[in-house]
Amino acid sequence: MTVRLTEAVVRRGDFTLRVDTQFDDGVVTAILGPNGSGKSTLLRTVAGLEAVDRGSVSIDGTIVDAVRTPVSRATFVEPRRRDVGVVFQDYALFPHLSVRQNVAFGPRSRGAGRSAARAQADAVLDRLGVADLADRRPAALSGGQAQRVALARALATSPRALLLDEPLAALDAQVKDDVRAQLASTLRGVPGTTLLVTHDPFDALVLADRVVVVEDGAVVQDGAPADLTRAPGTSYVAALVGVTLLRGVASAGVIAVDGGGSLQVADRALSGPVLCVVRPESVTVGQSPPEGSARNRWPGTVVSVQPSLDRVRVVVDGAPSVVAAVTPGAAAELALAPGSRVWVSVKATDLTAYPAPSRASQ
Amino acid sequence: MTTDLAVRRRPRRGRRARRPPWFLLLPGLVALVFLVVPMVGLVAQVPWNSFLETITAPEAMTALRLSLVTSTLATCFAAVVGVPFAWLLARDVLPFTHVWRALVLVPLLLPPVVSGVALLAAFGRFGLVGQYVYSWFGFQIPFTTLAVVLAMAFVAMPFLIITLEGAFRTLDRRYEDAAATLGASSWTTFRRVTLPLAGPSLLAGAVLCWARALGEFGATVTFAGSFPGTTQTMPIAIYYALDTNWSAAISLSVVLMGVCIAVLVALRGRYLRTSS
Repeated sequence: MTVRLTEAVVRRGDFTLRVDTQFDDGVVTAILGPNGSGKSTLLRTVAGLEAVDRGSVSIDGTIVDAVRTPVSRATFVEPRRRDVGVVFQDYALFPHLSVRQNVAFGPRSRGAGRSAARAQADAVLDRLGVADLADRRPAALSGGQAQRVALARALATSPRALLLDEPLAALDAQVKDDVRAQLASTLRGVPGTTLLVTHDPFDALVLADRVVVVEDGAVVQDGAPADLTRAPGTSYVAALVGVTLLRGVASAGVIAVDGGGSLQVADRALSGPVLCVVRPESVTVGQSPPEGSARNRWPGTVVSVQPSLDRVRVVVDGAPSVVAAVTPGAAAELALAPGSRVWVSVKATDLTAYPAPSRASQ
Repeated sequence: MTTDLAVRRRPRRGRRARRPPWFLLLPGLVALVFLVVPMVGLVAQVPWNSFLETITAPEAMTALRLSLVTSTLATCFAAVVGVPFAWLLARDVLPFTHVWRALVLVPLLLPPVVSGVALLAAFGRFGLVGQYVYSWFGFQIPFTTLAVVLAMAFVAMPFLIITLEGAFRTLDRRYEDAAATLGASSWTTFRRVTLPLAGPSLLAGAVLCWARALGEFGATVTFAGSFPGTTQTMPIAIYYALDTNWSAAISLSVVLMGVCIAVLVALRGRYLRTSS
């Protein structure tokens, strides 16, 4: 089914969420954003657990939530009549019911007989590979198992939309990768619309066809996962995908960076306000001005040095400030430490610059 | 050598660390002794040769049966109306919730005899509500078994309400959200999710309520009097027996204490722990 939020505004205390977007049938959309950005509120609004204060929500063209306007009546369809399945954060499995009873709860509530609901539950549990857990209590499940059961419970009523709120956040790092891969394969087989709320860009990139980034209650970027890494729209998104995002004004292949410094880029046609992505791997760090072909070179001061996987991330304060990823060997050779004076350089062809998206939508 | 020293010194240090300070130990033990001595005294004074005869006497059996029946009815009534009211308080759906919550606590603090007088003023023959009951049905509530149940419910229901309100308030709302998205009506959600999750607290609240109702004396004797067979509950029977038959009063008291201890033991541990 298609879920559409039309100029929807949801207020909760001082916080306001404003969205105007559509989630299409057969698409897995990740709602990505920091804590408190409003992504869970967006999910709950679709489920009917929150109501809009302005605008409307419609499902397959039928309005399910709207406030009264001069030309239309107020409408609110209860969550139980919206035909959506929700996987809650921390799963919210009913602790007093067995796994089978949890999964059968939906069919039972929708009028199925005891044995029919039970058979339906067993079928879904079997499909998700957790049939052997049917008689357990939720307290006796591991995080990954609980997630599968929560998914089974949400899918048992064959909802037209599946909403998942941070389905991986409660898991230990060791099992997260396995569970994520399982979830990806399950979601591929789920018909209808799927919305997945997460604060982890990796989950979004692996699981979703489309990523909607929400910050401070507003959508700041919306596109395919590849767009997100190639051309992040805000510093938050850039930090999430591990690159430096600079803002500036381009003219004849040179960007005057906001806050100082200038960078040469390959695209000479670019002009006006732009964003420029600096990948840490493309930044080289040395003790003296480099001799090579890199046309962008400037001095700076090391702010922090942090090992991450096979590289060392070095934050250099300068004009502009950037993050560099160097090999541990190079970091040791250069004796990099906070306070070190260094020269950084980056090739013009390694920079990605693009026109800054307007933020007038807010 | 050092090992020997350590081995010899460690238990002494441990013992001193575990020994509680005297200013807590002494008053604490006084409290323990003070609470236990009357119960021991009661058991010590039981005239064992006439005990069985006394407690199986028709009057005693009647009073005990009346006590058990009325306190159970009062608890059922308290549960049927008190659980929904506790939910309303917990979900803050009424206007002036804080006022109602404070009012509910009043019967806990009110002297029982005052509660009895208040019940007479409300449900008596000429009372606020009682006058209409009398003129419409020709029935007066005071000095009936119904009056006993009402007196018990009035003083004991707050225990059930405050216990349940706490349980409903701390209940994770996402369980109810989950039930709603799964298609459950509000009745199904309450019956299959909310109430079972509050189950331990419901039991704890009901036991507190029932124990208070069982021991109820002042409000009952004021509002319902002391008619053997209809309103003379165990506590009232014991009180009147004190004047005429000391050893019978002792025997009946031991029975009532035994009932309370039996319930406490049966529900010990997990059941009486309020849900957190």
